[in-house]
Amino acid sequence: MTARPVAARPSVAIVAARHGWTLGLAVLLALLLALTKIIQPAFGATGLEALVRAALPFAFATAAMTVVVIAGGIDLSVASMMAVAGVTGAVLMQNAGDGAGALLAVGAVLLVGAAMGATNGLLIVGTRLPDIVVTLAMLFVWEGVALLILRAPGGAATPWLRELVVGPLVIPGLPPAATALVPQALLVLAVILAAIWLPLRRSRLGLGIYAVGSDETAAFRSGVSIGATKVAAYTLAGVLAALGGLSVTLATGIGEPIPGPYLLASVAAVVLGGVALGGGRGGLLGPLLAVFILRVVRLDLTLLAVDPNVTTIIEGTIMAAVVMAGGLLAMRERRS
Amino acid sequence: MGAMREAAATRQDGPEAAPAPAGPPILDAAGVSRRFGAVVALRDASLRVARGEVVALMGANGAGKSTFVKILTGALKPDTGRIRLAGREVRLTSPAAARRAGLVPVYQEPALIPDLDVGDNLRLTRTPSGPFLHWAAELGLGAVRLDARAGALPLATLRVLDLARALAAEPDLLVLDEMTAALPTDLVDRVLSVVRAQADAGRAVIYISHRFAEIARLCDRATILRDGTTVGDLPIAPGVEEQAVELMLGGRLSAPAALATRASPAASGPPRLRVRNLAAAPKLAGLSFDLRPGEVLGVVALEGQGQDELFEILGGLRRPEAGRIEVDGRPRAFRHPADAIAAGLALVPGDRADALLSVRSVRENLALPALARPRAWGPIAMRREAEAVSRTIARLQIDTRAQGEARRLSGGNQQKVTIGRWLTGAPPRIFLLLDPTRGIDVRTKRQIYALVRDLASEGVAVLFYTSELPEVPQTCDRVIVLFGGRVVDALPAAEADEPRLMRAAYGLTEGEGGADRAREAAP
Amino acid sequence: MTAAAASPSPLARAARLLRDNPVIALLALLLLLVGVLEILRPGIVNERWIGNTIRFAIPLAMLAACQTLTMLTGGIDLSAGSVATVAAFVAATQAPLIGPEAAMLVALGPALLVGLANGVGVGLCRVHPLIMTLATGLIAVGALQVYQRGVIATGSAVPPLLGWLGTGRSWGVPHALVLFVPFAALLLWAERRTGFGRLLYAVGANERAARLAGVRVWGVHLALYALSGLIAGLAGLLYLGVIRAPSLSLAEPLLLPSVAAAVIGGTSIFGGRGGYAGTIVGALILTVLGTLLTMLQMPEGGRRILFGLIILVVTAAYLRLTDRG
Repeated sequence: MTARPVAARPSVAIVAARHGWTLGLAVLLALLLALTKIIQPAFGATGLEALVRAALPFAFATAAMTVVVIAGGIDLSVASMMAVAGVTGAVLMQNAGDGAGALLAVGAVLLVGAAMGATNGLLIVGTRLPDIVVTLAMLFVWEGVALLILRAPGGAATPWLRELVVGPLVIPGLPPAATALVPQALLVLAVILAAIWLPLRRSRLGLGIYAVGSDETAAFRSGVSIGATKVAAYTLAGVLAALGGLSVTLATGIGEPIPGPYLLASVAAVVLGGVALGGGRGGLLGPLLAVFILRVVRLDLTLLAVDPNVTTIIEGTIMAAVVMAGGLLAMRERRS
Repeated sequence: MGAMREAAATRQDGPEAAPAPAGPPILDAAGVSRRFGAVVALRDASLRVARGEVVALMGANGAGKSTFVKILTGALKPDTGRIRLAGREVRLTSPAAARRAGLVPVYQEPALIPDLDVGDNLRLTRTPSGPFLHWAAELGLGAVRLDARAGALPLATLRVLDLARALAAEPDLLVLDEMTAALPTDLVDRVLSVVRAQADAGRAVIYISHRFAEIARLCDRATILRDGTTVGDLPIAPGVEEQAVELMLGGRLSAPAALATRASPAASGPPRLRVRNLAAAPKLAGLSFDLRPGEVLGVVALEGQGQDELFEILGGLRRPEAGRIEVDGRPRAFRHPADAIAAGLALVPGDRADALLSVRSVRENLALPALARPRAWGPIAMRREAEAVSRTIARLQIDTRAQGEARRLSGGNQQKVTIGRWLTGAPPRIFLLLDPTRGIDVRTKRQIYALVRDLASEGVAVLFYTSELPEVPQTCDRVIVLFGGRVVDALPAAEADEPRLMRAAYGLTEGEGGADRAREAAP
Repeated sequence: MTAAAASPSPLARAARLLRDNPVIALLALLLLLVGVLEILRPGIVNERWIGNTIRFAIPLAMLAACQTLTMLTGGIDLSAGSVATVAAFVAATQAPLIGPEAAMLVALGPALLVGLANGVGVGLCRVHPLIMTLATGLIAVGALQVYQRGVIATGSAVPPLLGWLGTGRSWGVPHALVLFVPFAALLLWAERRTGFGRLLYAVGANERAARLAGVRVWGVHLALYALSGLIAGLAGLLYLGVIRAPSLSLAEPLLLPSVAAAVIGGTSIFGGRGGYAGTIVGALILTVLGTLLTMLQMPEGGRRILFGLIILVVTAAYLRLTDRG
């Protein structure tokens, strides 16, 4: 046994090893975008903008799932919580008018999201049932709550908030051409997630989330409060899911009580993004890249005039394959 | 023997009678007890440690060392007892609370989060990195990278880093559980001198180890646990080993000697199981032995010397990295327990929870192996099954009054079920019993010894690991002792008195011809 | 622990009764619900109502068989609803083309296929059953939509046999029982008296112990999920006969109640405990409860909340009961 390999590896190798998967995803995304340009030479700022806007709810759902999975759990109720947040936002914004009332509505939706997430977390810690059982039951409960708020699609979205996620980025003083290729929605996504993730990642709470997912015993012995950390992770997931629900409402202008296809997509993006389903491993960037990869694949299939239903099948199959490959990898790791 | 025991007894009138500690006690724990369900892990444990002292905590397997350490470090709550730190009574509700009180442990399993890098691990425990790096260097780990992922580091490095982190917290009392296990010798030297220097600088250390040599070199006193009770407190001096071994064994020396009814003939002929240079890092380091038909081969070792890995490999649960396994002269490799079973090997694991269908009936438990193959997926011949099951119940005298779920049986009856499952059909050719008598009542133990001898007389080859040394001469024909993943001693069971086994298990026979005898285990 | 055993509170005694004889307790609950119904609307409970309740409970009970069998091993089959829908839709649209008998057979093909895919994912790739079956269910629905565009012109017909089974009755007895009684009898026999049935319990009770005893667990999973797919397909065919109108979401509304029926019936979501007898009563309870909720004009949202809470509370309660030695 060699006792001191700590110093043996140069820093570059460590960075490459740790972020190799994310780098690979980034390269894959770039290749796919290039492919899109080849299939559809007219693909440009508008196409990119539509792509990001469509990806927005998926990105927030994936971020929510990522946080919980890193903490060693899973949240099957993510899509249902988005539906609750979406209809709550639509109803509140319809009545709030145009000004600061809309902001108040957004704040209220985020609070609702936090409350839903905290409920999930408290139930998991309190009942000591597995995460997957509790969040399965809560999937149905939140679905029902959304239906009680709005029985059919309805409500409205505040126009100036909708403007936020539509169109290219405009920075005063810069010629529009300079930022034409950066969709405003991407900026919104990046700013919000960076504001949440970057401070969290280095905080003791963030480290605790990783620690709990990685090795609960070691985390306990390192002085981490297991229950509180789990509840915090689920609460954060609830807030992110609420942002996802809001983005759906803002994109469509209407509140939709039936949950969208965000659950499976977020699990697939998390696995493809290099976050181990057992917890403790991975970051936010990988899953986000994976979200865009899955969206570009869908876009390319549509551009190739593939039947949208076939596209759904292919997409579903890719996701299932990703999850299965993830399972095989995890099994191999356990064995070695 | 008797005189020596008396001599030891005079020293164990209780912790109060212990040799006066060098200074005021920093830790004073007394009357600590803890049960897990029906099992009493600690019944009256006490320990005093003064500033400037290194105290060894010793005991045989299952004496309660780990439970005691967990209680002292806040990882487990005691049922009764009081703990005083620097004269003040404290209630340690969590490891974090213990840490704040100045009591910092280094557990056997590193407490570093495997998926975080070293720096984040320091941040998580609010450890300043300057002193940490200083101690890491002091302990012999040149330059430590704070951005290395903890899980990617070798076990030895992790344990030393864990120690460096503990030292950086400037603890009043350091608790080291098997600190030097899995460390290479040069690091062991560094660790021992750093720990000694800590004590000399006025701190206190509790040192748990299976290695006598280290204890002799490092410690001032040894507190000895037996069956969850503190039974003695010895100053470290020449000859203390003998006393310590005796205190650890205690009254068990008076257990009845070998069973009179040793029916099976001296095993002879070609070996049924031949194991050569079996290796699986980090626990197994080239292990060899032979097992003959009709022979009961005892295996003796302290915790973590490779016995679990050996049994798992033979049972098909784990694959070795190197080495050969031959059954009746044919080389075998098991990818699944089903392969091992097909080759005639049946494993009874050390933890009953791993083998018992606790929410199913005794009958379903006993009939399980017969139904394992897809060929048996069809209708069950219920009457034939009932007959086979009741034969097993009769043979093993399983008390089935608690009908319904197997978990409602007593521990002894549960163990009979996990053993009897392999006797409901044709018996295995090689029976692997991993500590089958752990934590069960005396009557059941005797029944199990008799059953093992009975099976041997029918020609079954039995590999019998036990943590209870008196069982060796009672049940086995030969015995091998494992230490550090190797066979360090091998002898006929009739010569295997407990002090000798205990010394070998503590690695004390190495260099005294033990290795030669070990070679004889695999001629 | 001993104190609780010495002086059992009424609650603890009821809990013990529920644990040892779940079916008796469940039957009592069923009668209670029927009684409440009769009090709320006197005269509603008659032969015709009972026949109708049974008719709607049977497809649910069959779909809940998928959940029961998979839950015995600690799994779940969330693709069952989609699989039933696919089988029903394929049977209805193929019937005008290849005849009703052949159509019913062909319809079970995709059901088996989805089941096998689940088995491979769960057994060989060790994906959590919940995720795996959710994924295959979505893929199956996507495939059904593609299929629908291919057969949009051919029209559809409910095979007469299914119509007879689903809606017919003789002397007040629903014909569905002709299919269901042998089905349930076979399942009840198989779960206790076949090696495969025993292995389901063994794998669910302690997968490690089953492996140690020589069980190749992946094989059990593969066969189990294939069987679950077939049963879901069969349930879909019967449901087609009940509803008599194929649609792209025919059996989806049955999925959540099918999980709830198995859970209420005393099958542990952690595996190793329970059986089909309780599930049958569970399906009847949910059907009666559905009537009750409709009568009380409970909106769809409230129903889902209620079903979700039932799953959560019942699972937590069973965990407490079974923890207690």
